[in-house]
Parts: sequence; C-alpha cells; structure tokens
Amino acid sequence: MILTEYETAALLLSLKVSGVAVLFSLPLGIGCAWLLARVEFPGKALFDSVIHLPLVLPPVVIGYLLLISMGRKGVIGERLFEWFGISFSFNWRGAALAAAIVSFPLMVRAIRQAFEHVDVRLEQAARTLGSSPLRVFMTITLPLTAPGIISGMVLAFARSLGEFGSTITFVSNIPGETRTIPLAMYSFIETPGAESQAARLCVIAIIIALLSLIISQWLTQKAQRRVSATC
Amino acid sequence: MLTININKQLGDLSLAVAAQLPMSGITAIFGRSGAGKTSLINVLGGLSTPDSGEICLNNQTLFSRQQGINLPPERRGIGYVFQEARLFPHYSVRGNLNYGCRDKDVAHFTKVVQLLGLAPLLKRYPLGLSGGEKQRVAIGRALLTKPKMLLMDEPLASLDLPRKRELIPYLIDLAKNLDLPIVYVSHSLDEILQLAEHMLVLENGRVIAKGSLQQVWNSEQMRPWLSAQEQSSLLEVSVAEVNQNYSMTRVTLSDDVSLWVNSVSLQCGAKLRVRIHANHISLCRIRPQQTSIRNIVPVSVIEVQQRDEDNHRQVKLDLAGHTLWANVTCWACDDLAIKPGLSLFAQIKGVSMTAADLAQSH
Repeated sequence: MILTEYETAALLLSLKVSGVAVLFSLPLGIGCAWLLARVEFPGKALFDSVIHLPLVLPPVVIGYLLLISMGRKGVIGERLFEWFGISFSFNWRGAALAAAIVSFPLMVRAIRQAFEHVDVRLEQAARTLGSSPLRVFMTITLPLTAPGIISGMVLAFARSLGEFGSTITFVSNIPGETRTIPLAMYSFIETPGAESQAARLCVIAIIIALLSLIISQWLTQKAQRRVSATC
Repeated sequence: MLTININKQLGDLSLAVAAQLPMSGITAIFGRSGAGKTSLINVLGGLSTPDSGEICLNNQTLFSRQQGINLPPERRGIGYVFQEARLFPHYSVRGNLNYGCRDKDVAHFTKVVQLLGLAPLLKRYPLGLSGGEKQRVAIGRALLTKPKMLLMDEPLASLDLPRKRELIPYLIDLAKNLDLPIVYVSHSLDEILQLAEHMLVLENGRVIAKGSLQQVWNSEQMRPWLSAQEQSSLLEVSVAEVNQNYSMTRVTLSDDVSLWVNSVSLQCGAKLRVRIHANHISLCRIRPQQTSIRNIVPVSVIEVQQRDEDNHRQVKLDLAGHTLWANVTCWACDDLAIKPGLSLFAQIKGVSMTAADLAQSH
C-alpha cells in the first residue's frame, strides 16, 4: 500500500505532534508523578484532581480554555508572543500543546504507580553507601521506574495520536499545519464521495496504534526483566 | 569511641540509650524483638532521627539536638548491612560493589572480593544469587565505601541454617582482618558467642547490661534470657598442653586452675573462649575420688538464686576470680546445705565442651 502525498503529510504531522507532546511533557510528568507518589503536602488532593481533569473534561472544553488562554489574544499567549516570540495559535505547536495536556493524566498515572512500587529500602541502602538524595534518584529510583515511564510515554503517545476535539477547537483544521490523521479523516468523512480515502486513513491509524503498543510491550519487558527482582 | 546518648519515642516504645561502644572488634546488640535494636542502629546510621540527645563518633558529632547537627546518612561514614541484602537489581554484582566507591582503590577492592569470596559472582546479577551470596555482596558493598564503622542488622536472620554456617566464617575473618569496628544486632546467642567481643543488652528500649562478652554473659541480667538448657558461663582460657594419646587439650584459667577440653587444633598459648553449661556441673562437698570426670575444680559459693517456676536453684560460684553458674536441684541444695561462702568442688563434664561451644577468641 503506497501512501499518497496527502496521507504522508498527515501521518508525519501526527507523529511530529505526538512525539513533541510526549517529549516535552515527560520531565513535568515525572516531576508531578514523583510529587504525588512521594510527597505529602497541603492541597495534594486538589493538585491530583487538577492533573486528572483533562481525562474527564470534554476535549472541546480544553480546546476552548486553550483558545482563550494560549491564543494570540489569550491571557498567557499574548505575553508569550511578546516576550519570546512563541505562538501556539493555529500552528502545529498548538496541536502538540493540546495533545500534551489531554494525554498528561495518562502519563502521570503510569509513572506515579511505578514510583510507588520502587522499594524505598533500596533508596535507604543507597544513602548509607554515601549517595546524595539526587544521586539516589538518578541511579536507583529513576532506573527502577523505567518500565512505568516507558508505558506512560506510550500511553500518552497513543492518546496524542488520537486527539481530535481540543485540537480542532484550539488550532482548527489547517492542511499541513494542524491536520493530523484524525482531523484528516474527519475532513474526508465530511466530504461526499471520499469514503475510500477515509477508510485508508482508518487502516493507517490502526497500524500505528498496534505498532506503538507492540513496541511498548517489548521495551517494558526488557526493562522489567532488569528491575523486577526484589533483592 | 562511639558515644550514644539519645531518646526517641517510637509508638509504645521509648528508646533511651546511653552507652559508649568501643571502636574495635564486634559489639553485639542483643534483645528480644521489639526491644529497639534495629531502631537503635537506624538512629546511628542516620536513617531515623532521635527526639533528643547526641551521637559522637571519634570526636565527630553525628547528631546533636542542642547544636542542631544531624548529618545525613551519606555523610556519616557508617556502613550498613541490612537484614535483607537490599542489592540493586539493575546493577551487576560488580556494579553493586562499586556503587559506594568514591575513589578507585584496586587493592582494597581485591582484598574485599577475596575476603568474601566474591570473585566468581562479579559478572552476575542479584536475581540469580542465593541468600548467602547476596548477603556477602551486601557486606562487600558496605566495606568498599571504607566506612569508619559497620552496622549489621541481623545479617544472618533471613538465611537458612546451611547459609548461616557458610557466612559465619566470613564474618569472623572480617573482624580479624579488617581493623573495623562492627555493631552487630542479633537475637541469636549462638551467633553472638561466635562473633562478639562486646555486648549490649536492650530491653524495652533501655540498656540493661553492657561490657565485654564474658562480663555480660555471666551477669545476673543475662540469666532470664537463657533457658535451663542454655544456662552457661563463659571463660577465657589459654591453651597449655595437648594430650595426643587421648586427644584432649589442657587449658588454664589461672596459674593453678586448668580444665581439660576435647582436643582443638590450636597452638600452645592461644587464647580460647569456653562455654560451660550450668546443667553440666555437679557440686561436691569433698573432692571426688575415682571418678570418670576429668575436670574437678575448687569453687566457693557467691550466692544461690531460685527462679519461681522450677525446682532448681542457680548457684553462682567463684572459680579463681571468674564466675561460674551451676544448676542444682533444691533437694540437693538443701542436703548439701549450700549457702554463700561455702567452699565446694565443682565437677564439670568435659564432653560438654563440644566444638560448637568452643568459640574462638579473636
């Protein structure tokens, strides 16, 4: 099956948007997951709820909120453009931002669980061997969390690939700029007589989803083999 | 010298310890579970913070509530071997060993690897190691940080008997070969007997006895810990002569008091610690003649104790300045009119001093 130019553009854009969304939200995701798993602080329940909000809110609400806050005329968006020249409105960066926010709770949940499963006694042992808390985190905690981080990334990536509602609300449906696979499919469905094109995109979407799940399972198994043992 | 003077409330247990631990040899911390043994060494290692007090290691203050000092574990220079080995599963044995090494010291590495017999394990991962091997790696890992002191929290408790037997010689070797003070938590008197030189007994968070192993072992405070079977005295002796014909060894306690024990392959003059069970001593008013028992020594009664529950009395005897405990029935005690100050002869069954009881002195 050879892809048309149109399909290739949508596919590459989808991969770029999802990849950027996952990579940029990862450090923040690890930070939030660690806070939730290991630190007790006032307002933790509220913090937890806010992080999970995108999971339960209609994506269109998120798109709308992004539009009024991060758009060129938005409260934050205007400042960002003035000070740094960064704009999220109606371009692929906006699509990545929308995807990152919508997939964030999934990433945090997976990583948080991994943090909760790391044996604190190993970290204690590392401290008695002369390691600072930061070195313990980098050499013990993080490597032992690796399977959780990988599955969190894959979940977030898959969710980003499928993002539709907030993207179309926030950055519209611009060919080559914000028209990812779901948006392209939507366009075909809306167009009379383009059923076969829609079906081809459908198959592509299923193939990438399957591929990412298989790769994640393989990576997780590989990482798990190293860290599963309780010693 | 490790000077401890700390208080900590842990649920129902209030830990209040004031003690000085010597910076040489193995010091055993003994007590029943829940007495605060592990809590105490966690405080020493910096894994938990006392409510008040001070801890000083060789003039360096590790903790002082008053001065607001509380060094984190990584800056105390104290190694810690936990009950479970706590090896890092994602590092190889070599990686685990080197984890705490600040500077590469090949000679030290080689020495520790050799002492603990780790060479064949270096490339393996913790998952595939036996319990005893894991614990050896954990000990090596702690030693390679070059600690000023090593804490061991029942390192043998999670091992089965063959693994314990396998590990004990390594520990004895360590204490001999490395000039490193070790604080060894245990509730096993057998282990303590084989390893320790000093002993500290904790009960309900308080120190009830401390000092050299002999002192503590023969003290009143230890009596309740030992069942009638285990009641025993420890004596430090030196090897005087070997009777090859009967493979027995004569050991001397003082210039004029000596005992015969089953032969041990030791040089004349070597120091030895022998354990004499209180049940294996009988008392006579006159020196027995024509008896099969080889060890007959003059003793004098210091005091007679009776535990409520049984029909035996425990007689504390003086043997050339050393303490010897004997279990005698109440009937015999009354018949012989045993009372403090009385001079008697103690018959000790030589065979009671089996190889297991002959813990080598360091």
